[in-house]
Amino acid sequence: MPSLLFYLFALITLGFGLMVVLARNPVTSALSLAMSFVGLAALFISLDAFFIGTIQILVYAGAVMVLFLFIIMLLDIKAESDRKTNVAAIVGAIVLGSVLAVQIATVSAVHHQSDLTLNEAALNLVAAGNQMAATDKDLPTISKDLKAGILPDTKLMGLALFKQYGFHLQVMGLLLMVGTVGVVVLSKRDKEVAQ
Amino acid sequence: MITLSHYLIVSGILFALGLAGVVARRNIIIIYMCLEMMLSAANLTLVAFSRFHVLAGLPDYSAQALVFFTITVAAAEVAVGLAIIVALYRSKQSVEVESVTKLQG
Repeated sequence: MPSLLFYLFALITLGFGLMVVLARNPVTSALSLAMSFVGLAALFISLDAFFIGTIQILVYAGAVMVLFLFIIMLLDIKAESDRKTNVAAIVGAIVLGSVLAVQIATVSAVHHQSDLTLNEAALNLVAAGNQMAATDKDLPTISKDLKAGILPDTKLMGLALFKQYGFHLQVMGLLLMVGTVGVVVLSKRDKEVAQ
Repeated sequence: MITLSHYLIVSGILFALGLAGVVARRNIIIIYMCLEMMLSAANLTLVAFSRFHVLAGLPDYSAQALVFFTITVAAAEVAVGLAIIVALYRSKQSVEVESVTKLQG
């Protein structure tokens, strides 16, 4: 049953991904990309990454795609006409894409852990909980969850982010602020050009 | 059963689709969406490796922290990129790549 769900969501991700590339109308592309991201979020959740799956839906399928649709509708972009189809670019894209796909498939086939299944790489939550209870006495909630057999994904994510990657997180905050300022500067209409 | 290579192949095909879209399409907004698809394919690889690399009974959360940062960078990149596209549309009245050839010489 889980393998059936994997194939279903992989098909959703890749099928709508193909629609993004093939669709003539930009609105169709944007909505297909949103669906593709929903399928990808389901694949993340099948890998026990609940937090990443949730922010994939919230940030990508929610915020980013709304921004794309907003810009498409604001600029009123029409579908591409068939007349100007660039055959060389399309052939190049197909060749480049298939070469890359074959390359990645070959590399993943010879990777030493590529035959590992999810059952073989099982998580040992109780042992991790006991270990965490022994080493980290300040964090009883995580070890309590782990001992009860629950994976507290968001709590562990927060622990990794704030304990190991605190500086990186602050750099990300700075990046978001620089991005906001950059968008304001770019969107400001130049007075001399406007006149 | 589903193995690590299943996830890697799905991610590889998704990346290849995005790459093909970037090369073949002429609409800048669709090129941008294909770039987002390629970033997401890389995220899928990272999450797959994180889950299959079990550290002390838990997934490797360093990889998932990297995915979190990638998603943040992608969101900031989309905001700045779309602002550039809007500014470009203001001066060229078009979002086709053929309308921007000033640097071609």
